[in-house]
Amino acid sequence: MASSIRVRATANGDITEVQALIQHPMDTGFVKDAKGELIPAHYIQQLKFECNGKDVFVADWGTAVSKDPYVKFSFKGAKKGDDLKVSWTDNKGASDTTTAKIS
Amino acid sequence: MTTLTGPSATRRLILQGAASVALLGLGNLPFGAAPARAAANDKYPEEAFKQKSEADAIKALYGKTAEPSDKVKLDAPEIAENGGVVPISVATTLDKVTSISFFVAENPSALAASYRIPEGTIPAVANRLKMAKTTNVVAIVEADGKLYSATKEVKVTVGGCGG
Repeated sequence: MASSIRVRATANGDITEVQALIQHPMDTGFVKDAKGELIPAHYIQQLKFECNGKDVFVADWGTAVSKDPYVKFSFKGAKKGDDLKVSWTDNKGASDTTTAKIS
Repeated sequence: MTTLTGPSATRRLILQGAASVALLGLGNLPFGAAPARAAANDKYPEEAFKQKSEADAIKALYGKTAEPSDKVKLDAPEIAENGGVVPISVATTLDKVTSISFFVAENPSALAASYRIPEGTIPAVANRLKMAKTTNVVAIVEADGKLYSATKEVKVTVGGCGG
């Protein structure tokens, strides 16, 4: 299965800009399906970015984050070629991880 | 919108099963210390996400109240045609920022997202949130132990939380 995480990290001088797009339904638990049955809540709870053994960004999410979430942030202290590790876990215990090279 | 297909759901279950077996196997070793420490640092604020009102959610998350500040720049559209995807970003000129959180006042639960900003990370975040109806979006920045907020009303034409 292809990774659910698409991430782009670009170093510009000392600052690295990170954009991540994750494929996830982010069901709120309020929406009904075609048969009129509630779709149970299913959403990412924590998304973490690590670089050089240090957390650089941690997101705690609720159901109000849009489907296929997008997030953008920047951090200092990394350079081109460093690895950026991205991982998420959702409320059903599923998770995914990917590693991107900073370009 | 039923996205989880049969095979991948099964696969997840199998993976979960394998993971828990692995954890059980390691349970007797003095190895559990590392995950326990990580959990203490990075605990998911379950209670704060359950709170319905914005004030309760802020209290559950931070245990104090915020004061409005013009140093917190909240960028959100005037009108969102689709409440399911509202692009919202925040940036601040404050120093020693440790976290940034987003609240949508009249969503079923007000807290939408909370971001931890370690040292060295720029205090600016962009994301996309769901909004049930026209209401205030509040960004809270925690800097040097204090809370600062910015508020903006976003008009929503089609809500993003109901069916």
